[in-house]
Amino acid sequence: MISEAIDNEQIEMLLSDVLEAHGYDFLEYSHASIKRRIIRLYALDNFVSFAEFRYTVKTDKQYFKRFLEEITVNVTEMFRDPGFYRALRNDVLPVLGTYPFIRIWVAGCSTGEEAYSLAIVLKELNLLQKSLIYATDINPSVLEKAKKGMFPLNYIKAYSENYVQSGGTKDFSSYYTANYSLAKFDESLNSKMIFSTHNLVSDHSFNEFQLILCRNVLIYFDKDLQHKVFQLFDNSLEKLGYLALGSKESLDFWSRAREYKRVKTEKIWRKL
Amino acid sequence: MAETLRNNCKALVIGGSAGSLDVLLELFPSLSENMSFPIILVTHRKSGNDALLTDLLTSRTRLKVNEAEEKDRLLPGNVYIAPADYHLLIEENETISLDYSEKVNYSRPSIDVTFQSAAEVYKDGLVCILLSGSNADGVEGLKTVKKLGGLVVVQNPKTAIIPYMPQQAVNEVRSAVVLDAGDMAAFINKLVK
Repeated sequence: MISEAIDNEQIEMLLSDVLEAHGYDFLEYSHASIKRRIIRLYALDNFVSFAEFRYTVKTDKQYFKRFLEEITVNVTEMFRDPGFYRALRNDVLPVLGTYPFIRIWVAGCSTGEEAYSLAIVLKELNLLQKSLIYATDINPSVLEKAKKGMFPLNYIKAYSENYVQSGGTKDFSSYYTANYSLAKFDESLNSKMIFSTHNLVSDHSFNEFQLILCRNVLIYFDKDLQHKVFQLFDNSLEKLGYLALGSKESLDFWSRAREYKRVKTEKIWRKL
Repeated sequence: MAETLRNNCKALVIGGSAGSLDVLLELFPSLSENMSFPIILVTHRKSGNDALLTDLLTSRTRLKVNEAEEKDRLLPGNVYIAPADYHLLIEENETISLDYSEKVNYSRPSIDVTFQSAAEVYKDGLVCILLSGSNADGVEGLKTVKKLGGLVVVQNPKTAIIPYMPQQAVNEVRSAVVLDAGDMAAFINKLVK
């Protein structure tokens, strides 16, 4: 905890600097959340004053990389919400399997755990060879990690339990080799992945997909920005394509939600 | 008990961990139906059985019990339960934000996170209660609540199933109101305007 009170105006000024100097727009992020991330980083890095912190963020390119990595949330896991992956496995991917080619966008992929989980399910359904997973994030440094496909070994037990609960039947350890404290995932999995930076706030649609996964990203956006991103996804989704959101996110309050139909009880919608 | 709120209560946040369920089950049937503020509940629990606590409380109160959804507007007479595995924050416009960032005090939801966030919004209109539990999550948050003029209530460690958490709060937070579990409903009902 720091004693200096940071008010909303200071946060807004910092975020305006970031937009002006670096081109990243966080002004439509949920305020409480981004404020907490900023104050956390400010305290962590022992700046003398908020003004100095602001100046460093604005002018120091190297520090801005850290800023970007720390104020965006990069917590993720493999097979998070096993029920969701069960629905993908049983209800969504078999339908997409009837297509000659499957294009999937994992938007806000962070360090890649979801993309690799998805690749495992595709592989088990014999669909990976005709699939392409576009994994994007605002943050270049997490994409570097995602490309490597190496995740801390001490999380693997939990991931393995998630995998089994999600309907996985193989031996989870057949997908990685343990390497010191890391599990390196099989290269056949990321051979079908394309990693690229993409900013949901400012970048446009870049392809048409049959499935878009964007889970636990929109909770950090305010309502207007959420609706802009839904529009972006709509522009990027084929007719009868699927949109998958996080367990606490919903399409319901979007003005065009009626053009989508919910798939059972998971947060998956099909474009009509 | 000299400690009271200078202003009307605008929101009540209750945090608890191990041993707090019993208190909540005893408390809810006695709460006034005419709450003039929202109640936000942050408890440590395993993910996967989110509906359970909601169901348990719904059957014991006429207040509307909701599993908190992101962007929910906080309304008087409603109870909002922080979902497992998300931090719950409160925006200036009195809506809920959920956050899946790192655990705080090994906990997500973290009581500290919600207490601190609520304190910044409601300041001297906030009342926070910390119940039984086995770690110190919530104590830092209570300090912020106190600093910004809110009212801090702690379950009497002697009547807590796991006294560690409320004991830490009693030790660390100046002039906290210490209440037995059985006296909490009456205390809360008196906050109603």
